[in-house]
Amino acid sequence: MSTEITHGGHDAHADHDHHGPAKGLMRWVTTTNHKDIGTLYLWLSFIMLLYGGSMAMVIRLELFQPGLQWVEPHFFNQMTTMHGLVMVFGAIMPAFVGLANWLIPIMIGAPDMALPRMNNWSFWILPFAFTMLASTTFMEGGAPAFGWTFYAPLSTTFAPDTTDFFIFAVHLMGISSVMGAINVIATILNMRAPGMTLMKMPLFVWTWLITAYLLIAVMPVLAGAVTMMLTDRHFGTSFFDAAGGGDPVMFQHIFWFFGHPEVYIMILPAFGVISAIVPTFARKPLFGYSSMVYASASIAILSFMVWAHHMFTTGMPVAGELYFMYATILISVPTGVKVFNWVTTMWKGSMTFETPMLWALGFIVMFTIGGFSGLMLGVAPVDTQYHDTYFVVAHFHYVLVTGALYSIIAAFYYWVPKWTGHMYDERLGKIHFWWSTIAVNVLFFPQHFVGLAGMPRRIPDYSLQFAEFNMISSIGGFAFGLAQVFFLYIVIKTIKGGEKATDQVWEGATGLEFEHLPSPPPYHSFTEAPPVK
Amino acid sequence: MSGTSNADYYVPHGTHWPIIGSIGLSLTVIGIANFLHGTWSMTPMFVGLAIIIFMMYGWFGTVIDESIRGLYNKQVDMSFRWGMSWFIFSEVMFFAAFFGALFYARMYSVPWLDGGSNNDATAQYLWPDFEAAWPLLTLPLGDKFAQAKEVIGPWGLPAINTAILLASGWTVTLAHWALKRKDRDWLVYWLFATVALGFGFVFLQGVEYVHAYQDLNLRLDSGIYGSTFFMLTGFHGFHVTMGATMLLIIMIRCAKGHFSPENHFAFEAVAWYWHFVDVVWLGLFIFVYWL
Repeated sequence: MSTEITHGGHDAHADHDHHGPAKGLMRWVTTTNHKDIGTLYLWLSFIMLLYGGSMAMVIRLELFQPGLQWVEPHFFNQMTTMHGLVMVFGAIMPAFVGLANWLIPIMIGAPDMALPRMNNWSFWILPFAFTMLASTTFMEGGAPAFGWTFYAPLSTTFAPDTTDFFIFAVHLMGISSVMGAINVIATILNMRAPGMTLMKMPLFVWTWLITAYLLIAVMPVLAGAVTMMLTDRHFGTSFFDAAGGGDPVMFQHIFWFFGHPEVYIMILPAFGVISAIVPTFARKPLFGYSSMVYASASIAILSFMVWAHHMFTTGMPVAGELYFMYATILISVPTGVKVFNWVTTMWKGSMTFETPMLWALGFIVMFTIGGFSGLMLGVAPVDTQYHDTYFVVAHFHYVLVTGALYSIIAAFYYWVPKWTGHMYDERLGKIHFWWSTIAVNVLFFPQHFVGLAGMPRRIPDYSLQFAEFNMISSIGGFAFGLAQVFFLYIVIKTIKGGEKATDQVWEGATGLEFEHLPSPPPYHSFTEAPPVK
Repeated sequence: MSGTSNADYYVPHGTHWPIIGSIGLSLTVIGIANFLHGTWSMTPMFVGLAIIIFMMYGWFGTVIDESIRGLYNKQVDMSFRWGMSWFIFSEVMFFAAFFGALFYARMYSVPWLDGGSNNDATAQYLWPDFEAAWPLLTLPLGDKFAQAKEVIGPWGLPAINTAILLASGWTVTLAHWALKRKDRDWLVYWLFATVALGFGFVFLQGVEYVHAYQDLNLRLDSGIYGSTFFMLTGFHGFHVTMGATMLLIIMIRCAKGHFSPENHFAFEAVAWYWHFVDVVWLGLFIFVYWL
């Protein structure tokens, strides 16, 4: 507190620093505190996970047996579309922004995020955007039903009026993401404690710096795409209409120019989380720190140059297919660097297997499986066979569920003792891990087989030969869904109480948040910059 | 990083502007959607816009007040600088999407409709009479769209507008120099010149649009040329209007005696923005009007 006295000229400021959180609901509405905003993001993301998950349950219920059982095909399409949109924009992305808010300031020794008011706005746009998106389900014409990739002309010529609410919801999410990303970059570049050089930053901070750059580069392109959709729908433009000289395939190019970096937006922060957890429980420093940084940057740069591998079947020139195939396969090099670095970090480490480590190991194994199926899909001549089959569904659920989501859950177990001051229940955490991991493989592994055998994605009914695998997959799906309701119970239980966590939390934990802050940290942490070795 | 204490970094506590902004934004877009569907009048949209303007007035007012009270140290100033730079980068990428559409249409979609690359069958079965050209006046399926008679060449109004914007980039720099040498009269004069040139540009752009719509039948719905032309120049014109309005506010603040030679980031931010719309225009002039 003594430092504040020396800055008496800033009287309003000094007064404020004594404040804890405000009382009541308005605390959460008006907060500029990075921890509050991080918590808001994480809860929004959990609500969206359960909302998106419940739509997945409808999908698996309908696919439990061949034939139409429970829902109409049009409603089924709404479910697959909204499931994808809600999970990508509502569950995974906000969860990582929540982690960024909670962790970046306490990892780099900053008093808060660089632009705290804008931080509040980044969050508070989202509930409005998702309410608007979700409300389309109850409108005439129904929710978006053209897939989360909303290809023209399905989303332009042949889509209901409610599509406009979807378009504006995407605009709002984009504004939110760009503001959040600007805040992350300004915080990392400007708010580091003295001595915290770029190459001393925790990898989570590095990966978020790169992620934020990707977000600012591609979210405006997505905004451009939906704007062109809007004008094609209502103002007679012909961007995606060949009759006027445009091209529906152009939509796919613009979309995937956003969409491919987007998948790295959803996985780079995960790499940062895993790079924090593995060294702690292997009790060894991360192997190849600088190569991790360069690999992350390489992945980000390459991510701008591979988008058309989502479009191998659109009839692009062979030279284009070859280029996009080779560029895509090249990404496996920096990704491989990361996987090998994690494995090498564990090599001869004094390993223990607490819950966060289990989730991190689950990530490494199953994300790698998703990476390998991605390699298969990246090979243009054979992609013709896999394209738009359940093989693709299996691939991206391995990288997004057992990849991104697993890292988020790992991050929760790893940092929640720091956030709340309470240890979670280790026994329940382990049950959660094994339950989820068995279920998720029962859910998604058979989808590789039905996909290779030719079952298309986004259909409510299928040929009889796919029946057994689909039933198995659905059983895994219900079990996995239930496991996340169990997770909700663990989260609430941990927040309400539990064994007192030490300040370091984990025996092998390093970093400013574990070495210089109590558990839980004060509402305003690092009002004095910590020493950085 | 400058060795100052974190306690010096101004962290505001509690703000109601963002939630007001969210309500305004949501009402605006819901208003637009319902207006497009014919279910609402334009009133809700305008109410939403009014809320957004109120929010911006209040939010920026708070920030200006805090700045004048000296709450912002150098590090806070640097956060604003990073924030503005990356915001402009996001704007660049927004325009990149539309430039991308323009290049794609010229390089691929129009030639391919005429059988380019390996698309002979497409051309023969869809619209065999179609001939690729740029600017594209005769469309593959003309009756679906407005038929433009002619497009706007570069050397009339667009060239004048180029000169206007380039001149305004120069006058804003002269204003900056005046601010740095504490010459407040010339600061306001040069800013006034910049604002006048900015709104002059928007006015001439309006004249051009009227000419395009009334005389040339070049419209938003005249096929891909009209689409790219009006979306690119339209979004650019909107940004010029925003930039000129921001310059006007800065001019009023300068006349009130705000800013010092050392401390005038709001001025610089708006100047950066102004140079950004200038550069985008050069891209438009070259790729939309000229080549």
